[in-house]
Amino acid sequence: MAPYAGLVTTVRVRDLVRRYDDRAVLDGVDLDIAPGEFVALLGKSGSGKSTLLRALAGLDPSVDGSGEIAVPGQVSVVFQDSRLLPWAKVLDNVVLGLRGSEERGRESLAEVGLAGREDAWPNELSGGEQQRVALARSLVREPELLLADEPFGALDALTRLKMHVLLRKLCAAHQPAVLLVTHDVDEAIVLADRVIVLDAGRLVAGEIISLGSVRSSADPEFAAVRSRLLDALGVSL
Amino acid sequence: MTVTSLPGLRTAPRTAPVVRRRRLGPGKPIKFGAAIGPVLLLAVWSVGSATGWIDQRVLSAPWTVVTTAGELISDGRLQSNLWTSSQRALVGLGLGIVLGVVLALISGLSRLGEAILDGPIQIKRAIPSLALLPLLILWLGIGESMKVVTILLGVFVPIYIHTHNGLRTIDSRYVELAQTVGLSQREFIRRVVLPGALPGFLLGLRFAVTGAWLSLVVVEQINATSGIGYMMELARTYGQTDIIIVGLVLYGILGLLSDGAVRLIQRRALTWRRTLAS
Repeated sequence: MAPYAGLVTTVRVRDLVRRYDDRAVLDGVDLDIAPGEFVALLGKSGSGKSTLLRALAGLDPSVDGSGEIAVPGQVSVVFQDSRLLPWAKVLDNVVLGLRGSEERGRESLAEVGLAGREDAWPNELSGGEQQRVALARSLVREPELLLADEPFGALDALTRLKMHVLLRKLCAAHQPAVLLVTHDVDEAIVLADRVIVLDAGRLVAGEIISLGSVRSSADPEFAAVRSRLLDALGVSL
Repeated sequence: MTVTSLPGLRTAPRTAPVVRRRRLGPGKPIKFGAAIGPVLLLAVWSVGSATGWIDQRVLSAPWTVVTTAGELISDGRLQSNLWTSSQRALVGLGLGIVLGVVLALISGLSRLGEAILDGPIQIKRAIPSLALLPLLILWLGIGESMKVVTILLGVFVPIYIHTHNGLRTIDSRYVELAQTVGLSQREFIRRVVLPGALPGFLLGLRFAVTGAWLSLVVVEQINATSGIGYMMELARTYGQTDIIIVGLVLYGILGLLSDGAVRLIQRRALTWRRTLAS
């Protein structure tokens, strides 16, 4: 990872191995993420991408494995489901576990475009709105690292496009390092500074995306990156 | 320009206009449908009594029941018996709820508590509470404490079972969430576990209320000297079916009222769920 030589990394993973029933789901993963860098992790289903994310989030204490992981103190996770507590109002969900931070919670909700919905129940919101609350909940903690496990996977295509715009705006404002797990190649290219590909428990490819801030799939460079990534994923078109 | 129809096209000869078929299924609900059955029953009872087809010794006429109820109210017997019965049921229910919740919390929140408590309570559950009556009478006599304890034993089991189940079946996704946002054990219990177990507790409460009335009916017919059950038992010895019917109606009203009360509590406490249903 030459471009980051000498930089302090936010995430440092060395020779990470995770096994389920003697089958190595992660088989020697090395990964660095720089402060504020947006990394998208692509992979087929079963490639181990969620396992890697869960390892970084510390959600796999009972899983057999070895390796070295260094992550910052303040890590937030966004799941595929919004995972809002249905019995808590929207604002209470955002500030869950934070004491005396109602004001920051309100600001955070305003940032995701949900000002005025503080007292709604999660069930009253649409899927996209629920996921926006989940984003507010993770960003109100000002994380140094944001881990997102297919956060838009359950949303319809139009809502997903809006969420892409929102996520880029929020990341520009808060500057967390991001690891976004996705199986959507276009989503990865649109959002990330760097796209990495996981296959059979190993990182097999990496692309630094230098398309500027306006990224269109009609751009020939976009298409070239996409075809290289699809190649790495073993999809031939 | 928006295009929603294609002007140049003609209707092909073989297309047929859409026929709006009658919907499958039982059809539209009837107004006041729920009242029809009971009113019909009352009518049959009235006609049967008026024509002498129903023997007065088997079943008193509806108007006799109403007059008897009036007499029982005016001489105060109905009120005092109703008060005694309600008191027994409420004390038993209240103590049973407290016991059930405390046991469920101990056994739902700690593995050791579960190991010690859950087995005996499951065994207790297998034995119908009313089967314990002979033992309870030997231990506690035939006074008020026996009656209250019998009701309590019928109440605490459903409360325990459903609350414990609610505590233990908290979605593991919420446990993960609690970990990622760094909740402490106490906050986790307060914010996630207890609210998550509330629907279970309220379900248990509905069963418990029904159970309380059932136990009440039984204990009041054993050596009681007051209460609705006693009133009915006394009426049996004199063959007064009208008083027995008054008692049955009272039990029915109490059952309906208490179930309504629990459902009201449920609606208030689970507003977040109602939004999903509406």
